[in-house]
Amino acid sequence: MGKVLVVTSGKGGVGKTTTTAALGAALAQAGETVVVVDFDVGLRNLDLVMGAERRVVFDLINVIQGVAKLSQALIRDKRLETLWLLPASQTRDKDALTEEGVRQVIAELRERFDWVICDSPAGIERGAILAMRYADAAIIVTNPEVSSVRDSDRIIGMLDSKTERAENGSRIDKHLLITRYDAGRAQRGEMLSIDDVLEILSTPLLGIIPESQDVLRASNVGAPVTLANQLSGAGRAYAEAARRLQGESIAMTVPNQKRGLFDKLFGRRAA
Amino acid sequence: MPIASQRTMRFLGRSYMAFVFTPEEPLIEWLAQLDSWLARSPGFFGGRPVVLDLVNVKLHKPGMVHLVACLLERGIRVIGLEGADPAQLGPDLPPLLSGRAVNSNELIALARPEQPPAAPPKQQPASLLVDRPVRSGQSIIHPEGDVSVLGSVGSGAEIVAGGSIHIYGTLRGRAMAGHMGNSRARIFCQKIEAELLAINGYYRTAEEIDASYRGRPMQAWLNDNVMMITALN
Repeated sequence: MGKVLVVTSGKGGVGKTTTTAALGAALAQAGETVVVVDFDVGLRNLDLVMGAERRVVFDLINVIQGVAKLSQALIRDKRLETLWLLPASQTRDKDALTEEGVRQVIAELRERFDWVICDSPAGIERGAILAMRYADAAIIVTNPEVSSVRDSDRIIGMLDSKTERAENGSRIDKHLLITRYDAGRAQRGEMLSIDDVLEILSTPLLGIIPESQDVLRASNVGAPVTLANQLSGAGRAYAEAARRLQGESIAMTVPNQKRGLFDKLFGRRAA
Repeated sequence: MPIASQRTMRFLGRSYMAFVFTPEEPLIEWLAQLDSWLARSPGFFGGRPVVLDLVNVKLHKPGMVHLVACLLERGIRVIGLEGADPAQLGPDLPPLLSGRAVNSNELIALARPEQPPAAPPKQQPASLLVDRPVRSGQSIIHPEGDVSVLGSVGSGAEIVAGGSIHIYGTLRGRAMAGHMGNSRARIFCQKIEAELLAINGYYRTAEEIDASYRGRPMQAWLNDNVMMITALN
């Protein structure tokens, strides 16, 4: 039985799709079977970031409506043979998603893959709720900036009330991923610091991804950043986050800083 | 330039007594029963608020409108509906009420509504303990007693309590204590970055809270209907 992850944020443009692709590719590189599912019906992007946009024939909505079988809609990555994509429809809207349909598709994917990673649309409406509905764990993507952090707080509240797990009385595992972190700007006070974000959201940290040109470059060539440039700061940070998801414990480092996060956290707090 | 009025507007929550009708199928018989009752006590419900609990009957919108009209013919005015499908409601029907507390799907905690039937009549209102952070967009509404939160209250979250509010964390959202007219209620928090504090309808917004208190433990209370804020250390 695989694990179902939802990558969510509330706010748009913080890096959900980049994160979905990068973590999916990193887990697949580690030998796991992975499917990344695009829930952003009507504004699909994941196929572009994965470099599969010209191979989309059937999509999630076709599968939910019974027009196509799941095996017809799944697209295997050309670089990693254990990595698959289930694309969203570009011509439909989120009303075409049904709760029962999503439940069936997720159950079927869970049987076939080690990891099912759902790329949530922005917002807190139907599409975002259905993307998180059947997840076992959530990755909350946040930029170190007040509006993104507050939206993430809102999404965490929804993860604790609107998911199937929450309704059954258990809790969904939550991991915080801080993206687009710029150490220089954080030091000058132009961004929230990591400890501010952690204090507000009180959610365990999965990783800190530095702001990087490599992310944009990777998107433009249609490759997850963990494949396009494994040695870049962002690539390495995503790879480490993927290993933490697999249960490894790796010391957290703040990008572009020598000291570890926890030295920094406790060093500052002690004052 | 005219000076703006210094009077602040107050919005208070208040609960009222109302008769609750719970019709049963078949409705014709239920109405006949009501009629025979009214024949013995004419005008009993005249001018009194009545709530219609539709939990035992399955009615679509036209049925509901008809039932409300039938009751009006008998001099009974329905001020609210309970147990009806919200999708069936509209402007021509009374609003949906919830007998216990505000029925919001964002609500993660409610007052304990069921009291044991044999409970002593003078029971202290229960306090509510929330053992996790209250996230942005969530409301905790507890109309009777105190609310304690073990964790922070996020920006855009709110706590509404009939009694006092205790927050063992940072208050970034809104806290409204003494909501049912209790001016002795207080608000305590470990760190104040609140958007709004209110006690018994008297409120202060973030801008009116002295900046020197920010990030410190504090309490707020009412002194002759003026909100006082003091640091706890």
